[in-house]
Amino acid sequence: MAATLPRPELISAVAADAARPGQHTWTSNLVRWCFIGTSLAFLAALLVAPLATVFAMAFARGVEAYFASFADPDTAAAIRLTLTTAAVVVPVNTVFGLAAAWAIAKFEFRGKSVLITLIDLPLAVSPVISGMIFVLLFGLHGWFGVWLQEHAISIIFALPGIMLATMFVTFPYVARELIPLMQQLGNDEEEAAITLGAGGWLTFFRVTLPKIRWGLLYGVILCNARAMGEFGAVSVVSGHIRGLTNTMPLHIEILYNEYHFVGAFAVASLLTMLAALTLAVKSLVERTGYRRR
Amino acid sequence: MSLRKPSVLPGFGLTLGFTTFFLSAIVLLPLAALILAAASMPWSELVRVVLSPRALGSYRLSFGASALAATINVVFGFVIAWTLVRYEFPGRKLIDALIDMPFALPTAVSGIALTTVFAQHGWIGRYLEPLGIKVAYTWLGVTVALTLISMPFAVRSLQPALLEVQRDLEDAAETLGASRLYAFRRIILPAVLPALLTGFTLSFARAVGEYGSVIFIAGNLPMKTEITPLLIVIHLEQFDYRGAAALGMVMLLISFAVLLTINLLQAWGRRRHVRAAH
Repeated sequence: MAATLPRPELISAVAADAARPGQHTWTSNLVRWCFIGTSLAFLAALLVAPLATVFAMAFARGVEAYFASFADPDTAAAIRLTLTTAAVVVPVNTVFGLAAAWAIAKFEFRGKSVLITLIDLPLAVSPVISGMIFVLLFGLHGWFGVWLQEHAISIIFALPGIMLATMFVTFPYVARELIPLMQQLGNDEEEAAITLGAGGWLTFFRVTLPKIRWGLLYGVILCNARAMGEFGAVSVVSGHIRGLTNTMPLHIEILYNEYHFVGAFAVASLLTMLAALTLAVKSLVERTGYRRR
Repeated sequence: MSLRKPSVLPGFGLTLGFTTFFLSAIVLLPLAALILAAASMPWSELVRVVLSPRALGSYRLSFGASALAATINVVFGFVIAWTLVRYEFPGRKLIDALIDMPFALPTAVSGIALTTVFAQHGWIGRYLEPLGIKVAYTWLGVTVALTLISMPFAVRSLQPALLEVQRDLEDAAETLGASRLYAFRRIILPAVLPALLTGFTLSFARAVGEYGSVIFIAGNLPMKTEITPLLIVIHLEQFDYRGAAALGMVMLLISFAVLLTINLLQAWGRRRHVRAAH
């Protein structure tokens, strides 16, 4: 369900305007500046002001207070937990995304469109529901709750639950980045490699991977940003135990509710920079021209 | 293997097997648990939870604010998409990249940042306060948060559609004496209608399920500023799994209905596109 993104070289129809007559009349200029002004005002209020606020609040007490907030052991633990979760979830979802894209883009089989819809399913589900389904399975009153307690295994309110919920939420990102890309690039080169005697793995690593590497990079980075920033689903399964099951977004909530604004916005600023980095990579990838839909 | 067309490429069984296995384990089985949990409830209890006054109040806010946010996004999304597609101005590329920000930004961050901006002494809130407009901790705040997080979906649906509007038709209309508004109504609007509706539905779908950014800016008062996802969390925190599952089921059904609508709309848009090309 993510937005379909147009090719960068097509984003503007401005170039075609040069030869058009009657382009710079008084009314057309007025309309133009009304449109640009409205767009900028809307984005400034809704997007730029909140982004600027994150940094204004994080540095409200100065640079030292900003860096001091990361020395707090609970904050450090939250950052560690988020990094650990992403380190497990992102590689797993990357392998899944590659497998799904290979199956879907390289072969024609019955039920393909159903499979694509099912892969996109987590995007349509509320994050709260994404967390709840694991509570229903593994929570104390859940389906396997008693069995898990007898065997002293904790999933909910512990690291495995956080990882499962994050995995569910970020499940489609790599796959849906790669499927259209690989479909568009076609099978000719792979078929040539196989016919010339290369094995499947050799073909994948030497032919396919170099072709899709930029799309793959963006998929992985987007998946990572979503994994590190997931709030709703993780909030349901984590139990909010300080220093133990608090990820960065959950820690932001706790600090904010306790009026530790510098601390809350300092952690928020890290995630904001991660989001900016993600968008920068996306722009770069689009500029290379590999990512096409 | 009559199920698939023959191919010289290897790895079909391995990749499809792994994909279906992993999909089932992580996505399908857990979702089935929710459906089973809701289905195993006695009918009367299910109805009592799903139609309780507090639940009805939360639907009104969740669906009302999401619909309003999606409407705002379609209107401003059209203006933004038009600006990005038709005009050249300094910073256009930067703004184009910035549109995806709500998609990459964690919802908790947008939540606390928007609350700070729209609170009584915030950068925007302080100018709205004297006008008697309270945004933070009201339904308006919920709408603002939902508008922000679902904005990219409207813009990104409209951008490609606006690119494909046939400019020669506009020129022809103008030379034949049509006014700009008339040309807009009869040429541009019909051409982008599927994209407008898709943008609305995608925005709505994203907004209905949103939790993170809303809980900071909403006052979270039962019946007034409590969204349905929050009500589910409250049920879960009281270990009322069945109540949570029942409400989750309602949301899931609505998500599926919306998903189906999106697929139908996109198919409609493609059909029209193909017809227009002939």
